Amino acid sequence: MLELRVRNHPGTMSHITGLFARRGFNLEAIVCVPVADGATSAMLLLVADEPRLEQVERQLAKLFDVLTVRHRPDLGREFFSALVPVAAAAAPEAVA
Amino acid sequence: MKITGAAILRTLLQRQGVHTLAGIPGGANLPFYDALHAAGQDHPIRHILARHEQGAGFIAQGMARVTGRAGICLATSGPGATNLLTAIADARLDSIPLVALTGQVPQALIGSDAFQEVDTYGLTLPVTKHNFLVRDPAELLEVVPLAFQLAESGRPGPVAVDVPKDVQTASAEVSSWPEPGGPVPVPPCPEDRIAALARQLAAARRPVLYLGGGVITANAGGLARALAHRASAPVVCTLMALGALPPDDPLFMGMLGMHAARGTNWLLEEADLLVAIGARFDDRATGKVAEFCPHAAIAHIDIDAAEIGKIKPAFLGLVGDAAAILRSLLDRLPPQDRPAWRARAQELRRAHPVHHPARIEDPLHPVNLCRFLGEALPPDTILTTDVGQHQMWVAQAYPVRQPRTLLTSGGLGTMGFGLPAAIGAALALPARRSLGEGGEESGAGGRVVCVSGDGSILMNIQELATLAELDLPVAVLIFNNAQLGLVRQQQELFYGRRYAAAHFASVPDFAALARAFGLRGVRLDPDGDPLADLAAALAAPGPCVIDIPIHEAANVYPMVPPGAANRQMIAEPELASAHA
Repeated sequence: MLELRVRNHPGTMSHITGLFARRGFNLEAIVCVPVADGATSAMLLLVADEPRLEQVERQLAKLFDVLTVRHRPDLGREFFSALVPVAAAAAPEAVA
Repeated sequence: MKITGAAILRTLLQRQGVHTLAGIPGGANLPFYDALHAAGQDHPIRHILARHEQGAGFIAQGMARVTGRAGICLATSGPGATNLLTAIADARLDSIPLVALTGQVPQALIGSDAFQEVDTYGLTLPVTKHNFLVRDPAELLEVVPLAFQLAESGRPGPVAVDVPKDVQTASAEVSSWPEPGGPVPVPPCPEDRIAALARQLAAARRPVLYLGGGVITANAGGLARALAHRASAPVVCTLMALGALPPDDPLFMGMLGMHAARGTNWLLEEADLLVAIGARFDDRATGKVAEFCPHAAIAHIDIDAAEIGKIKPAFLGLVGDAAAILRSLLDRLPPQDRPAWRARAQELRRAHPVHHPARIEDPLHPVNLCRFLGEALPPDTILTTDVGQHQMWVAQAYPVRQPRTLLTSGGLGTMGFGLPAAIGAALALPARRSLGEGGEESGAGGRVVCVSGDGSILMNIQELATLAELDLPVAVLIFNNAQLGLVRQQQELFYGRRYAAAHFASVPDFAALARAFGLRGVRLDPDGDPLADLAAALAAPGPCVIDIPIHEAANVYPMVPPGAANRQMIAEPELASAHA
């Protein structure tokens, strides 16, 4: 799991999800909430723990709208399941 | 003081020191053109009217590649913006600072499929370093300096700024103007890393320096050369780094990769330490990555941390400004004497020259043409290319003697780049002289030469009208084989000589075409004294187009098949037996 602090404006989500699509990185889940006055948002990204993870982090860190990138090994898939109960009920193959 | 968004944008560009921009007007950017018109003679911004927005984008790139400062191009919404995309993507791949300004439909119409509406923000997102959609005229005060800062800082790149028409016409209160945006210094590389590289260089037996375009961007060519001599390390260059070292330097081994001299790729097979500087391990340079430099440890210097280890794991990554790192490295590294390794490089260079027929036998062989240009043109001449065989012949045989004198589309490989980039380069010549980089006035009247092919030139041929209008000293040389030559070459070598769509059944009379645009047009006669005619055409003043018939079967050799390791070079057939 990666935690980002990002500038909060309409294009930020496109920049981040576009990076994953463009570079062929896997993004399994995403959640984004505004922080304090709404100038920035906190974003949690569930990503596969693959060899290219470091490259993913470096590319994310280059985006102007991304202010910080840090690891959250304490959070996992269960975090998202708790946020979206229907995801916990549906097995991945049922979704596909 | 309340000012319109259009006037704010113009004033911010003036404060940036912008004196020239290239573009085409249309419905959604007319308020800005009106503001440009109103600028008057006190602080004029020269507008170059291109004939296609892609031409405007590459004119801006030509200026940027010569000066190192952001080029500016301008287009209207919809097709104006989509036409710019290729030039923007090209700037991204070659790390060229560019600010692309586009008009957009009024905000009330965004999302309504309005006339000439396209999602410029969404389209430019994946091909820019960053992009903006401006929603309020006051935002321009922040966005415009920031756009220049982002374009020129760190690893340079293109920034797109989309400005809806109502933002241009609405007014905002301006109490004070922001400072112009420019390059922000990068944090220094940790000294212990530089010390580690110095130790590794001292311990290596067969080190090679691998220079990329970042060396040109960092103005670090002289430092790289000093390091090469200090460490007795031969130097290979990517296409983008040609000009970093003078080609007659005894340690210069030319371009590496797909169309390298055989000796250059062989040298890399033998290296035990590869120091990459501002290079990104592009597949045209490395060939099959797993087999690139099989015996070498890799140290990688780059201003972009994400490049370290992106393609090839590096045992040592140094992130920072290449010039600063090389200066510190030179302070730490005592002279390394490696006579055997120097001799080996010389031997490989001598044993594997670029093969070509003698000039007297075949003066219009492309290699002979490129060599001749090297003799006829002063060392500070700026030469642009298009993309294809002629581009690789230039890289192999034209001596690029100074940084920023070869402008070529390296990463994206855009046919159509050469002519508008040459126009931009010619526009930037006065600025280059004032930077003190141009040296004395060159003999050929500060000529800019565009070497193109009969395929490439047609992709932005309309810019001949722009050239005629501006009367700039650009000479366009068309290596004409009535083919998409590099396509035909690949079909010959890798597709069983099944030539599909590589031959042009109809080729225009380029000399007559030039005259139709109001330019001097010449076609060289192979049966006369074509090189004398070429020299005369280059020496005559003003813009011209020189059509040069070349043999349609000429190929670029050696060639590494796409996807193969660099040691698997295909040699010229009739010469293969002697040099297998």
